[in-house]
Amino acid sequence: MLGKLDWSAIPFDQPIPLVAGAVVLIAILAVLIWVVVKGHLPYLWHEWITSVDHKRIGVMYILLASVMLLRGGSDAIMMRIQQAVAYQSQGYLPPEHYNQIFSAHGTIMIFFVAMPFVIGLMNLVVPLQLGVRDVAFPTLNSVGFWLTATGALLVNLSLVIGEFARTGWLAFPPLSGLSYSPGVGVDYYAWSLQISGVGTLVAGINLVTTVLKLRTKGMNYLRMPMFCWTTLASNLLIVAAFPILTATLAMLLLDRYLGFHFFTNEAGGNVMMFMNLIWAWGHPEVYILVLPAFGIFSEVVSTFSGKALFGYRSMVLATMAICVVSFMVWLHHFFTMGAGPDVNAIFGIASMIIAIPTGVKIYNWLFTMYGGRIRFATPMLWSVGFMVTFIIGGLTGVLLAVPPADFMLHNSMFLVAHFHNVIIGGVLFGAFAGFEYWFPKAFGFRLDERWGKAAFWFTFIGFFVTFMPLYIAGMLGMTRRMQHYDVAAWRPWMIVAAIGMAVLTIGVICQIVQLVVSIRNREVLRDRTGDPWDGRSLEWATASPPPVFNFAFNPDVRGEDAYWDMKVHARQQSFEHEGPEYQDIEMPRNSPTGFVCAFFATIMGFALIWHIWWMVILGGLGAFATFVVFAWRDHDEYVIPAEEVARIDRVNLEERRSLVSMAGAV
Amino acid sequence: MTMTATAGHAHADPHHIGIVIEHPGPASKRIVTAYGFWVFLLSDIVMFSCFFAAYAVLSGQTADGPKGSEIFEQRNVAIETVCLLLSSFTCGMASIAADVRNRFWFYLGMSVTCVLGLIFLVIEFREFADLVTRGYGPSRSAFLTAFFSLVGCHGLHVSAGVLWLLTMMAQVFAKGFRADILRRMMCFALFWHALDIIWVAVFSVVYLLGSGA
Repeated sequence: MLGKLDWSAIPFDQPIPLVAGAVVLIAILAVLIWVVVKGHLPYLWHEWITSVDHKRIGVMYILLASVMLLRGGSDAIMMRIQQAVAYQSQGYLPPEHYNQIFSAHGTIMIFFVAMPFVIGLMNLVVPLQLGVRDVAFPTLNSVGFWLTATGALLVNLSLVIGEFARTGWLAFPPLSGLSYSPGVGVDYYAWSLQISGVGTLVAGINLVTTVLKLRTKGMNYLRMPMFCWTTLASNLLIVAAFPILTATLAMLLLDRYLGFHFFTNEAGGNVMMFMNLIWAWGHPEVYILVLPAFGIFSEVVSTFSGKALFGYRSMVLATMAICVVSFMVWLHHFFTMGAGPDVNAIFGIASMIIAIPTGVKIYNWLFTMYGGRIRFATPMLWSVGFMVTFIIGGLTGVLLAVPPADFMLHNSMFLVAHFHNVIIGGVLFGAFAGFEYWFPKAFGFRLDERWGKAAFWFTFIGFFVTFMPLYIAGMLGMTRRMQHYDVAAWRPWMIVAAIGMAVLTIGVICQIVQLVVSIRNREVLRDRTGDPWDGRSLEWATASPPPVFNFAFNPDVRGEDAYWDMKVHARQQSFEHEGPEYQDIEMPRNSPTGFVCAFFATIMGFALIWHIWWMVILGGLGAFATFVVFAWRDHDEYVIPAEEVARIDRVNLEERRSLVSMAGAV
Repeated sequence: MTMTATAGHAHADPHHIGIVIEHPGPASKRIVTAYGFWVFLLSDIVMFSCFFAAYAVLSGQTADGPKGSEIFEQRNVAIETVCLLLSSFTCGMASIAADVRNRFWFYLGMSVTCVLGLIFLVIEFREFADLVTRGYGPSRSAFLTAFFSLVGCHGLHVSAGVLWLLTMMAQVFAKGFRADILRRMMCFALFWHALDIIWVAVFSVVYLLGSGA
């Protein structure tokens, strides 16, 4: 009846996951009760859960990422403490638990923190920057978000029902095969990634189509803000790479569920084929994450230097070069496979070549700052901090791209330090910069600068204290994923790293405090003009938060830095639109399709993990029925009458006029 | 606050040929939908390419089991191919009928497409069932694993296509040739033709190359 599921699935003998699960459960229940008692449920349902507005969906993506960051961060804290204490002892985490923690940490941080964070920012900002009303497929956008949330839910469910994979974040066979991992851990891993992978693919298709087909009048390719270019590159990579992940995990699942022989040691299966396939997705994946971050830094550096981006076209070229070359370097993840010196040399050189367009970008940012009137607001701090940190991470990456060096450093703590250096220093700093930069746009008030700066400095210093020791431990021969060790020379570095982790944690706490303080002081921090940073691109040309239709008129773009141009012209000749004629606007209707679809996907995923076949069929039928019901509806749009548009728009126009006349006086 | 940004105007005419092509603005819904679906099809083809790659790697790994030439029946495959190629033609007819809003030819075209698709599926299912009963199931060897997965993945797509086809017919029956339904019909046609293209690759890589070996 319930497949493999019974009471033994709940780890009553292990206090840590049980207590953690209970705390999470109580927190969720408390929030739910608060929502219901306060009567917020209808608001939540109509305005958020069923929303197809790209801004709302973007915010929900970022919220999901932030919550999961706390989960992944807790895993990190536990790992650093374990390695600090597990010298010539077992530490406090049993091996099978420790293995689950590092697997969950990697999986969560990449798939449920970094991905939703950057996809959320792209969703929130790109349609605004392109001057359009929504993404190409608004309902599909909602489906994509909720499927991502389903994946996150399943991963967290494994904490209390069953177990998570003990295989590392990429579940290499034969370890992840049925004979070495007979439990449900790998199934939790694979099905949650399959489901959220569909969500990511949907988001990718949506954003590619949005950028290529929905730009406003006059928004030629070479007038798009840099963030739109990096979004395009990143989502092209999603479309090209995520199907590889889907296919690879499908093969692994076929091996596990139906006794196939893709990656087994018997009957001619080929384990190294898994490495090739998974990294053919995995390497582009890191660029899927970091390219949008590069875009964010480009926007932030240009805005806070008060200058147009230096070398705009070389930046576009560098972005697209990275997009292409990122698909030609996957083999550097397993130089030790034994492909021979020729193959290794080609992939080594290709890997080093990526440093060239990346270097171009760094210099472009530096030259943008050069001669500018720089304002060191929090987003700018994150950007400058990124440049310093990322250069170190990039250099150690070039070092690892040299095959003989890689043979020594492969699978060591040096590698761990390297990829944290680029992912924290690149992606996470970028996500935080984007968060601070666009928060006023999304919510209509700025974030508290003092706490923001404190968060930056603690995170920045904490990062170096945590990860520089890991480089040294790697040089001293420490391999990654060690539950305990007996080498005295590694111990001090592990203790320093644990101290660094504490500093990093203070940084995260500062960020939470910043959010609370800012919400409390929101009236003081209110942004009435919609342009709090003196911005340059179109998202600043509308109110904060933008009305549901984004722009009362489709903006007409005449050059790069479209909004900056508008401001310049407005100052020179006052406002052109004296009494603009407003028109009715058609917007897509909200739809519960995404949420319902994710509900059935959750049931199906859970049933597949536990081999409850009747429930799988039920979930499948439900998902199909949802699509049919969606396809059957007659009215998918509603009209906002011109008077309503006018009423909303005039308020912001007045605020903006006063801003322009003030600036003009200066 | 003096401006450095106005220099951007030049970029609409990067080669200074004197003609500035301004982007006309957002495309029509029809174009956006079709474009998005094309992008999806490309991603689907990337997924198939993984199964093709796996087949190429594993096709020699028979683990003392049967080779391709011992189990492929060319007559069946020929019938399957004819069915699928014909169904692309009838699907095209149905698309034209939808564009000119002719219900009779639309239903006829779709029905024939459906029947041809089902014949294809039945033949494929019988081939699979026959192999499994002879002990040559996908767990027999890595070659058979790759074979069943690649051909089965295409078969799953055709099954989904048939389901979509029937839903499409029901939609037209209930709602008529509305603009949004015509857009969906266009996507369905693209999907069906794409499956044909993939079948041509399956036919060549698996059955033609395999029969010779």
